[in-house]
Amino acid sequence: MKKQSLVLVVIAAIVVIAGIFFITNQNIQKDVSDDQKKIGFIYIGPPGDHGWTYMHDVGRQYLEQELGDSVSTTYIENVPENADAVRSIRKLAESGHDLIFTTSFNYMDQTLEVASEFPDVKFEHATGFKRADNVSTYSARFYEGRTVIGHIAGKMTETNTIGYIVSFPIPEVIRGINAFYLAASKVNPDVKIKIIWVYSWYDPGKEADAANTLINQGADIIVQHTDSYAPCQAAEKAGVLAFGQASNQEAFCPNAHMTAIEDIWGPYYAAKAQAVVDGTWSSEDTWQGFKDGMVEMSPYNEKLLSSDLIAEAKAIEEGIENGTIHSFEGPIYNQAGELVVKEGEVADDGMLASMMFYVQGIDGEVPQ
Amino acid sequence: MSIELIIGILNIVLISTTPLVFAGIGELVTEKSGVLNLGLEGLMLVGAVTGFITLVLTGNYFYSLFLSIISGIILSGIFAFLVLNLMTNQIATGLALTIFGIGLSAMLGKKFAGTPIDGLNPYYFIVISFLLVFLVGYFLSKTKSGLIVRAVGENHNSAYALGYNVIKTRYLTIIFGGVMSSLAGYYISICYAPMWQEGMTAGRGWIALALVVFATWKPWRLLVGAYIFGGVAIMQMNLQAFGVELPGQFFNMMPYIATLIVLVFISSNKVRLKLSAPSCLNIPYEKNS
Repeated sequence: MKKQSLVLVVIAAIVVIAGIFFITNQNIQKDVSDDQKKIGFIYIGPPGDHGWTYMHDVGRQYLEQELGDSVSTTYIENVPENADAVRSIRKLAESGHDLIFTTSFNYMDQTLEVASEFPDVKFEHATGFKRADNVSTYSARFYEGRTVIGHIAGKMTETNTIGYIVSFPIPEVIRGINAFYLAASKVNPDVKIKIIWVYSWYDPGKEADAANTLINQGADIIVQHTDSYAPCQAAEKAGVLAFGQASNQEAFCPNAHMTAIEDIWGPYYAAKAQAVVDGTWSSEDTWQGFKDGMVEMSPYNEKLLSSDLIAEAKAIEEGIENGTIHSFEGPIYNQAGELVVKEGEVADDGMLASMMFYVQGIDGEVPQ
Repeated sequence: MSIELIIGILNIVLISTTPLVFAGIGELVTEKSGVLNLGLEGLMLVGAVTGFITLVLTGNYFYSLFLSIISGIILSGIFAFLVLNLMTNQIATGLALTIFGIGLSAMLGKKFAGTPIDGLNPYYFIVISFLLVFLVGYFLSKTKSGLIVRAVGENHNSAYALGYNVIKTRYLTIIFGGVMSSLAGYYISICYAPMWQEGMTAGRGWIALALVVFATWKPWRLLVGAYIFGGVAIMQMNLQAFGVELPGQFFNMMPYIATLIVLVFISSNKVRLKLSAPSCLNIPYEKNS
């Protein structure tokens, strides 16, 4: 009997401790006054990931700074992309939030579910495509940055072999590969890209293995569409070049990091929060790139890149900004040799949003 | 294929497989004494974060390795106390340890995520991992203490009747397993991908657990199995980069499928004996029964 009661006490203690951890981990910050508009954020990872979630949190802080006392913000981190997300989003909606940003693709149906229960609360879902009267969607044209790094990679490679580490075969990723290859092959027709799918957004070990495998096969530039900075570190160690992902990762690989494509959410978050404060918010679909500052390039590494090449890269940024350059300019052929974008035309957003084919020149097939 | 390419591939296989060898050989000894510890993933993460934080704060590899090992001793000690003294269910306690380790490591490492460090050369650990497998194999088959561990795992009542201290033996094997797991974690955050990020072991603890069953509790088979698992993963990456189309998801689940097949085989008692599964695995031991 004594043993059993001891077990019960231990279990009870564990439950209480776990509960306290759980509650404190959810990072709910309480509001201050009633006049303030409350803005909530749902994060898929921790703000300390130095990638995707980190940049959303930078955006949240920017929003707070810009709008000052007229808003207060809250975030819940590490929310899994399953039914649990409904609970977290509903928690924010129930606690009087006026605007809620759900910052990952697979929160899509959960966001709509909660939105239908709270018609007065506004929702903003990142990278999705389903909207409602009180649900907007927004995303960034990351592929514009891939055009810039493609140009740099085409000029910088000596082995004409570029290693490309990718997560999952979804349009956003395929679009990035194509934009990169089109730009690289334009300045260097001999360039070849070797692609490794790791089937994970985040597995530093596997990402490092993939980078080392590509370097071993002769790649002298590593490009990634996964979230950790392990590939850039592997490149640094092996003495080859790389690009950062989502945020400036130069601190982790100063002798390999040429530049990075950064996601800048702050101005958009501030504008949408201001719209809620002013009462002018409406449901819309936003897809912005260099022009509106939602995508930016990290400072170009002057130790690695010549000033001419940096000037060229900046010219491409500018060209995309003012519309004289497009990442997908015709003629573009698919792997079967069929013309998909005619000469003098550019790929429309519909094609970009559903892009699931490689352009001509890329070896291999898109995994099904 | 040139010689350099093959050497390069072997090199990557060695680097990526070593954490599986560490965690697997520790769990093998634990299971040989009749205790199933499902907490490997949690132990690895805490070992990884403890080593990383200590290295950032002190800049000393020796201290970081030492504290990482201490973290393994403490956590596996708690696990041992729960399952041996309080006789809690081993599976539930092991799962709790994993969940606890994931949360604890995330909390401890929050301020340190994204701090750059200088990694340690992985080759020391690779050599140690081979030595360890050899030593564990020798220990379990050729030394008296090793035979006691096995006796305790096969039949704890008989072992007790022969005068062996079942609880003490199991304490030691659980703590050995904990130390090996924290070494695996240390290797991951300091050598393999020198960084700390939440959940960075990405399921390797579970693969190590599967590996022990796949190896049917034999150290040398564990080494071979680990290199098969690791080698297949790296080979499929190489084939992908050569432009050969492969179902990558299938290769990701291969370790688990292989283990399931072994589990199906050992579900019959005769094969089970032949494949040296410890009879008392996951059975709690009560002294006066």
